[in-house]
Amino acid sequence: MKTDVAIIGGGPAGLAAAIEAKKHAKVTLIERNEELGGILQQCIHHGFGNFIFGEALTGPEYAEHFIEQMEGIDVMLNTTVLEIDKNKRMLLSSPDGVFEMEAKAIILAMGCRERTRTQIFIPGTRPAGIYTAGTAQRLINIEGVMLGKHVVILGSGDVGLIMARRFTLEGAKVEGVYEIMPKPGGLTRNIVQCLYDFDIPLHLSHTIVEIVGKRRVEGVFVAKVDENFKPIEETKRFVPCDTLILAVGLIPENELTKKIGIELDDITAGPVVDEGMETSIEGIFACGNVVHVHDLVDDVSFSAIIAGREAAKYANGRKIKRRKIKVKAGENVRYVVPQIINGRDMEEITFYFRVKKEMENVVTRLLVDGEVRKEKRELIVKPPEMVRLKVKGDLVMNANSISIEVKKVA
Amino acid sequence: MRKFICIQCPLGCEIIVEGERIEGNKCPRGKEYVMQEMKNPKRVLTTTVFIENAIHPMLPVRSNGEVPKELLKECMKILAGVKVKAPVKKGDVIYKNILNTGIDIIASRSMERK
Ligand SMILES: Cc1cc2nc3c(=O)[nH]c(=O)nc-3n(C[C@H](O)[C@H](O)[C@H](O)COP(=O)(O)OP(=O)(O)OC[C@H]3O[C@@H](n4cnc5c(N)ncnc54)[C@H](O)[C@@H]3O)c2cc1C
Ligand code: SF4
Repeated sequence: MKTDVAIIGGGPAGLAAAIEAKKHAKVTLIERNEELGGILQQCIHHGFGNFIFGEALTGPEYAEHFIEQMEGIDVMLNTTVLEIDKNKRMLLSSPDGVFEMEAKAIILAMGCRERTRTQIFIPGTRPAGIYTAGTAQRLINIEGVMLGKHVVILGSGDVGLIMARRFTLEGAKVEGVYEIMPKPGGLTRNIVQCLYDFDIPLHLSHTIVEIVGKRRVEGVFVAKVDENFKPIEETKRFVPCDTLILAVGLIPENELTKKIGIELDDITAGPVVDEGMETSIEGIFACGNVVHVHDLVDDVSFSAIIAGREAAKYANGRKIKRRKIKVKAGENVRYVVPQIINGRDMEEITFYFRVKKEMENVVTRLLVDGEVRKEKRELIVKPPEMVRLKVKGDLVMNANSISIEVKKVA
Repeated sequence: MRKFICIQCPLGCEIIVEGERIEGNKCPRGKEYVMQEMKNPKRVLTTTVFIENAIHPMLPVRSNGEVPKELLKECMKILAGVKVKAPVKKGDVIYKNILNTGIDIIASRSMERK
């Protein structure tokens, strides 16, 4: 089988990339699940698409808007990409068997997966009743299974907060959300509308030190932590519960990416990409959560449109400059995407970045060859909320050094 | 004393209300927000209802406007007893005028007949 642009993953990233790429090329979209939409189908809460649609849609509503535009795209469901190689040949598996496909360009849009208990090392027994937040979300919202009556949530990322509200609405009691950091991990609106609204306690600088229970979870020992995140023995106390939800973070799904040696960013755990969302291997692009974990789906869709357009151009034989100028993360910047500027002819480029620490009244800046070329005021920047800086493409096209920084306004 | 976090802008001011006094808001919108929250807090409800003959056993639904916060649990009870049959189209009314709020519960997605 042959195609121009093969897209791996049918979540919001893959969908938006496909819709854009089909304007210029033959597109095949490959999704391992039985339907399109990715994680959005289980995110039944509203809060998607504020930027693109100007209103807060639910995940399934947002997804359907894009799924309706699949005409002309070859969509393969129940199909998993097992392997890819540098020549853009892929090994696929479907209920009909294993087969090969060859593409001129590939877009990685596999999303992310959840960290699990083994990745955070909680001692104790291994009883039933422990779920990652995303798994719990799928079981409750899609399968209609109720998981427990007394719930403890570890981690205050958005998925955990959303699930705290969901459990409560479904009649369970959420005993508390425990977060090891001194600040919550999720968006403020989720803290307010998911916890405060239902009087669910949020315990910052706390962690779970032991899980108790033989066959089913019977409770957990929690403790306050010191500045070095070490549990303080005297603060240890028992919280009875029958269900423990782990909401301890997401990591980009990059098994395929690693295998073919695409360069990864240590901080984002996703591939290093240029302003056209191209990875270190020519003709292989990436977008959405596979690149870095996003808090807003609108940004996923925007980056996917760029990937779709640039991948289609590549498939049609366009050659580009490869200047490989690194974008440096300057003061109070943890990482920046894109990490590389190659000098593509683009009208606009948006830099997405996260800060290391919360700061009020700041200016975010683009420095090109040591000079400030773009500035934007922000009332506040926080680590859980991605920051954007949109610049004219020709500002960086011929740059020799580029950096992004966040400075306090004097 | 009651504590609020204003979510009208990213600053997220912590606002304390004590009797007539409202403190901590960095702009007037914070005061408006708190007044509304104290008088008549409203929320969009999102949940699921049972669906037959569809790809999944549950259909995600939402309110097509905001319902008073104190009615959320009551709405949940009503919707727990609702069962629909595929096919359903996104936006179809699943439950009309819930608890006389004037708000309908609508389907968040389409589901074909399996
Ligand atoms: C619980 C939760 C709540 C959220 N809440 C909000 C919110 O309120 N507002 C907001 O704007 N954003 C929210 N987000 C963020 C947003 O939903 C995500 O950023 C977005 O869904 C990511 O899209 P994606 O396409 O990159 O990944 P996904 O949606 O994860 O899609 C990836 C797809 O790739 C498929 N796939 C993976 N590997 C393969 C393979 N090898 N072969 C074939 N297919 C494969 C998967 O099956 C999946 O369908 C939330 C996210 C989560 C997890
Ligand atoms: S009070 Fe004003 S400044 Fe503070 S969060 Fe609300 S809207 Fe923003």
